[in-house]
Amino acid sequence: MSNKEFNYYINGKKSKWEVIIGLEVHAQVSSNAKLFSNSSTKFGADPNSQVSLIDAAMPGMLPVINKFCVEQAIRTGLGLKAKINLNSVFDRKNYFYADLPQGYQISQYKYPIVGEGEVFLDMPYGAKKIGIERLHLEQDAGKSIHDQSPTKTFIDLNRSGIALMEIVSKPDLRSPEEVAEYIKKLRSIMRYLGTCDGNMEEGSLRADVNVSVRKVGALEFGTRCEIKNVNSIKFIQQAIQYEAKRQVDLLEEGKFIDQETRLFDTKKNETRQMRSKEDAHDYRYFPEPDLPALRLESNFVEEIRKKLPELPDDKKKRFVNEYKISSYDAGVLTADKETSDYFEKVAKNSDVKLAITWVSGELFAVLNKHSLSIKDSPVSAENLTKLILLIMNNTISGRIAKDLFEIMLKDSRDPKVLVEEKGMVQESNIGELEKIIDKVLQNNQDKVSEYKSGKDKLFGFFVGSVIKESKGKANPALVNELLKKKLS
Amino acid sequence: MLIYLHLPLSLMSINKETIKKISKLARISVSNQETNRLEKDLNSILKFVEQLNHLNTDKITPISSVSNEVLTMNKDEIKIINEKEDILKNSPEKNEDYYVVPKVIE
Amino acid sequence: MTDLCKLTLVESVQHIKEKKCAALDLLNSYIKRIEKSDKLNCFNSKDLDTAIKKAKSIDEKKDFSKILVGAPIAVKDLFCTRDVKTTASSKMLENFIPTYESTVTQKLWNEDAILLGKLNCDEFAMGSSNETSFFGNVLNPYRLNNDNLVPGGSSGGCAAAVAANLTSATVGTDTGGSIRQPAAFTGIVGLKPTYGRCSRWGIVAFASSLDQAGPMTKDVKDAALILDVISGYDEKDSTSANKPKTSFLNSLKNNVKGLKVGIPKEYRVENMPEEVNSLWQEGIKILKEQGAIIKDISLAHTKYALPTYYIIAPAEASSNLARYDGVRYGFRAEGKDLTEMYENTRSKGFGNEVKRRIMIGTYVLSSGYYDAYYLKAQKVRNLIKTDFDESFKDVDVILTPTTPTAAFKFGEKSDDPIAMYLNDIFTVTANLAGLPAISFPIKFNKDGLPLSLQLIGKSFDEQTLLNTAYSIEKEVNFKSQVKDWWM
Ligand SMILES: [Mg+2]
Ligand SMILES: [Zn+2]
Repeated sequence: MSNKEFNYYINGKKSKWEVIIGLEVHAQVSSNAKLFSNSSTKFGADPNSQVSLIDAAMPGMLPVINKFCVEQAIRTGLGLKAKINLNSVFDRKNYFYADLPQGYQISQYKYPIVGEGEVFLDMPYGAKKIGIERLHLEQDAGKSIHDQSPTKTFIDLNRSGIALMEIVSKPDLRSPEEVAEYIKKLRSIMRYLGTCDGNMEEGSLRADVNVSVRKVGALEFGTRCEIKNVNSIKFIQQAIQYEAKRQVDLLEEGKFIDQETRLFDTKKNETRQMRSKEDAHDYRYFPEPDLPALRLESNFVEEIRKKLPELPDDKKKRFVNEYKISSYDAGVLTADKETSDYFEKVAKNSDVKLAITWVSGELFAVLNKHSLSIKDSPVSAENLTKLILLIMNNTISGRIAKDLFEIMLKDSRDPKVLVEEKGMVQESNIGELEKIIDKVLQNNQDKVSEYKSGKDKLFGFFVGSVIKESKGKANPALVNELLKKKLS
Repeated sequence: MLIYLHLPLSLMSINKETIKKISKLARISVSNQETNRLEKDLNSILKFVEQLNHLNTDKITPISSVSNEVLTMNKDEIKIINEKEDILKNSPEKNEDYYVVPKVIE
Repeated sequence: MTDLCKLTLVESVQHIKEKKCAALDLLNSYIKRIEKSDKLNCFNSKDLDTAIKKAKSIDEKKDFSKILVGAPIAVKDLFCTRDVKTTASSKMLENFIPTYESTVTQKLWNEDAILLGKLNCDEFAMGSSNETSFFGNVLNPYRLNNDNLVPGGSSGGCAAAVAANLTSATVGTDTGGSIRQPAAFTGIVGLKPTYGRCSRWGIVAFASSLDQAGPMTKDVKDAALILDVISGYDEKDSTSANKPKTSFLNSLKNNVKGLKVGIPKEYRVENMPEEVNSLWQEGIKILKEQGAIIKDISLAHTKYALPTYYIIAPAEASSNLARYDGVRYGFRAEGKDLTEMYENTRSKGFGNEVKRRIMIGTYVLSSGYYDAYYLKAQKVRNLIKTDFDESFKDVDVILTPTTPTAAFKFGEKSDDPIAMYLNDIFTVTANLAGLPAISFPIKFNKDGLPLSLQLIGKSFDEQTLLNTAYSIEKEVNFKSQVKDWWM
C-alpha cells in the first residue's frame, strides 16, 4: 500500500522545514433545539426569529441543558474511541463581543465530557493515527453582519446558543493533505453516528487551525499561530500553506513568531492578524454557577454504546473480508454511510463485482457530474439491483445495460418494464441469431475467406458486426458459439 | 468597627497599570481620578481577602456550589416559536430585525 | 375601623376571606399610606392603577379561595415583572421593561396577591445600606434622635416598606445577608431559604451560587406563608431543588422542648457592642427556659467567611453583569467603535460600588491570580461548609446575632468598603454554606433601635427555623415602634 512517501516540507532558503498542525473542529450537534434553550436550530431562518430570552441573555435568564446534545457528544466520543468522563463541568469563558449576548460562552474547560481518543487516516504512504485530545460541549455565538451599513454592524442571534462539539486534535497532523483527510474522516464518523451533518457551507463544521513549523529533525515545537474559523477544506489547506510559508520566511530572517490569533482572507489568500483581538485575551474561565456538574451513570453511557452503528473503519474491514474487495474499493464505498448502505443493498441482492463496477463506475460518474449526494441518486438501490439481475440472467447485454441506465436516470419505473417497453431484451433465439449471422457472413464473403486462410483476428470483427446488426441485442456468448460453428 | 484587621502583608498589590488592564478586560473606562480611588479601594479589599493565606488548604477540594442537585436535562424540543418582538423590544438602537452596534472591524 | 395596614399578612388575607373588608378596601388603605410616604423612597416604581383593577376584579368575582387573595405586595426591584419596569436600582436598567415574569413573583400573583410596585435596593443588590441605589437612599422608618438611619441593604426598600406598613409583606433576595441584615435594622422578620429552595429564574443575578429569594414580613407566621407560596422546584432553574412540597405555615408550632441549639464561639467577636452580646444571652435564656438544650459549638473558619465571600461574589458578579453591554437592552452610551461603546456604557451605567466589585471579580479570575484568590476561596468555602456539616451532627439550629450593630447613619461607612462589608459578618456564612437562616426582632436598644437574632438551620430544614423563631417571638412579644414621622 505504501508505494508513496510522505513529502510535505517547506524548503526555505536555508533549511527544510516540517509543518505541525493541530485542529480545533467545531461541529454543530444535529439537534432540534439549542444547547441551553428550547429555540430552534434550523438553518436559514429570518434574523432573530429563533432567539429565546435565554439566547438573548435577558436579565435573570438561566440555562437548562438539552439531554439529546449530551447524548450526541457521548456518541461522538465513543465513535472517536475516546474516554467518556462520567464527571464533567461547564465553565464560563468570559469575553466581550457584540454577538456574544451573555458576555461569556458556556463551555467546558478543565473537565470536558470526552477525553483522549483517536482517528485513523488512510494516506497514500500508509495508515496514520491522529490523537484526539478532547471533545467538549459549548454554545455557539450569534452572527455579526458587517456589510449592510457603512457605519453599523447588525447582530443576528439565531445561532446564539446552538450546541457545538469542539473536537481538539493533538498536534499530529503534518500536511494540508492529512488535514483534509482528517476532516473528511471526522465528518464521516459523525455522519455515520448522525451527530453532526458536517455541512461546511452552512457552518455546521468549522475549524480553528493551529500551525507551527520546525526544522526537519528538530524535537521541540515552534511557536504556533491559530487561524480562526475557516470553513472549507480548500481554504483550510490554503491557509496552512500560506501560514507555514510565512512562518518559515520570518524564522529564516532571524525573526520570531508571535503567538497570535489570525484570520484567513479568502479573497487575498493570506492570513493576517485579527484586529478585534489585538488586546491579549484573558478568558477568566470559572465553573458555571448556574449549572451543577454533569454526572453521568455508567449505564447511561453503556446504553448509548450499545446503540452505536457500525463505523467507517469497521465497515471497511468487513467489506474487505466479506466481499473480498480491495482495501481501496472498500475505502471508497464506506467513506460515507449512505454510499455504503446503497452498495450493500445492491451487492447483497445481486453480484458483488458487478455492484462495485456499477456503483463506483456509472453511478458515481453521474452523481459527480450533477454534484448530487447518493441519497438524491436518480437511480435507487432497488432499481440498480434489478438492472444487474437483468444482466446476470442474460435478459440484457452489458452494452444494453448502459443504455438502460441512461433511461433509468429519467424514468424511475422498474427496469424490467423499461426493457420490455423499449424492446431491449437480449436476442437469444438461435434461429433468429443464425439469420443475422448468415446475413453478416453473406455481406462479408471476402473477410470470411481471409479468416479461413488463417487471419484469426477477424473473429472479433464478425462478433461486432453481428451485435451491431442486432442493434446490440444479440447475446454475445451465443453469438460467439454460433459463429465458431459457422466458420469452422 | 475594627474586627478582623490583623492583616498579613499583602502578597500582591494592584498598581495603576493593573487597574488599566482590569478596566480593559471588564470594559469599564476609568478616569485618572477614578483610577486613584480604585487603586486605594481595591488594594484594601485585596488585603482584606488575603487573610485566607493564613490557611493551609493544600489538601482541600475546591467547591463551586453547595447544591447537591443532579443536573436536570431538557428534552430536545422546540418550544420557543418566534419571540423576535420580545427580544428586540428593549434594544437601545431600534431596528425591526437586528440589534445594531457601531461598526465592528475584524 | 382598625388600621388595615397594621394587620399582618395572615390577618389581612383572613380579613378578606371572612369578608371583613373588601380587597379594594385593604388596597386603598395601603395606597393612602404609600402616597404619603415618598420621603422614605421605598418605591422605584408603583403600579397602583393595575393594582386597583386587580382588587376590583377579585371583589367582583367573589372567589376568595387563593392563599394570598387580595394581599397588596410590593417586591424588590430585582425580580423581573412583566410589563413593569425592572431596574435593579441601576441606571443601566433604568428603562428596562421585561416581557416575562420571574418564577417567584408569578407564584405570588397565581395566589391572587396584588403587585403594588417595585422596591428600592442597592444597585444590583450590592451593598449593606441601600446607599448604592441609582434612585437614592431609602430611609429607615426608625431614627436616632431625628437623624436618618440606613435601612440596611441590599433589600433596604423592602425592609423599610414592611416596617412602615407600605406593603403587607415582601420578597427580597439575599446573597450575603441582604434579606436578614435590613430586616434586623428595621425590626422585621427576614428569611433566607436554603439555596435551591426558591427558583432564581427571572431574578436579576448578582452571584449565582449565593443568591436566594426569601420572605420579609411583619412576623414569623407571615414568613411561613410567603415561603409556602414562593418555594418549590422550577425546571427552568437547574440549581433549584426537587423537594416534596409541605406547608410551613400549617406545620408551624410553638415548641422547642428538647431542641438542640448551638452557640458558635467564633461569633463572639472582638469589640462586639455589649448590647449585642446581651441580646444574644437573652435569646439563649429564653430558649433554655422553653426547654431547649444549649450547646457550645465551634465553627472554626468563621473569620474567613467574609474574605471568601468578597472573592466569590464579585467573581460571579463580574461575569453575571457582563451582559449589560448596551447592545440588546438597557442604557447605552455612544462610542466611536464597539469597544468604546462598551467602555462608556459600563462606565456611565454602573455606580461605583458595582464597578468596584466587577473590577475585583475580574482581577481574582484573571490569569495568574485565579489560583491565589478564586480557587483558594473555593477551598475555604468547602472548609466553612464542612464546619456546619460537622456542627449539625450535634445540634438542630444555631443561634447568633444577625448584625454586629444596630442601624447606622448615612455616610458612616460608605467611604470604607471594608467597614461596610463587615456588616455581613454574621449573615454571610449561611450563603456560603447554602443553609437557611432567619432574622427576627427581639427588642430595642437604649436608642430605641431594633435588635435581632439569627437562627441558621440544616439544609432544607426551614421548618425548625420557623418553629424556633416562632417560639421566641411569642415570648419576646416585639411590637413595632415606628412613629410615622415622615407622614
Ligand atoms: Mg479555538
Ligand atoms: Zn470552541
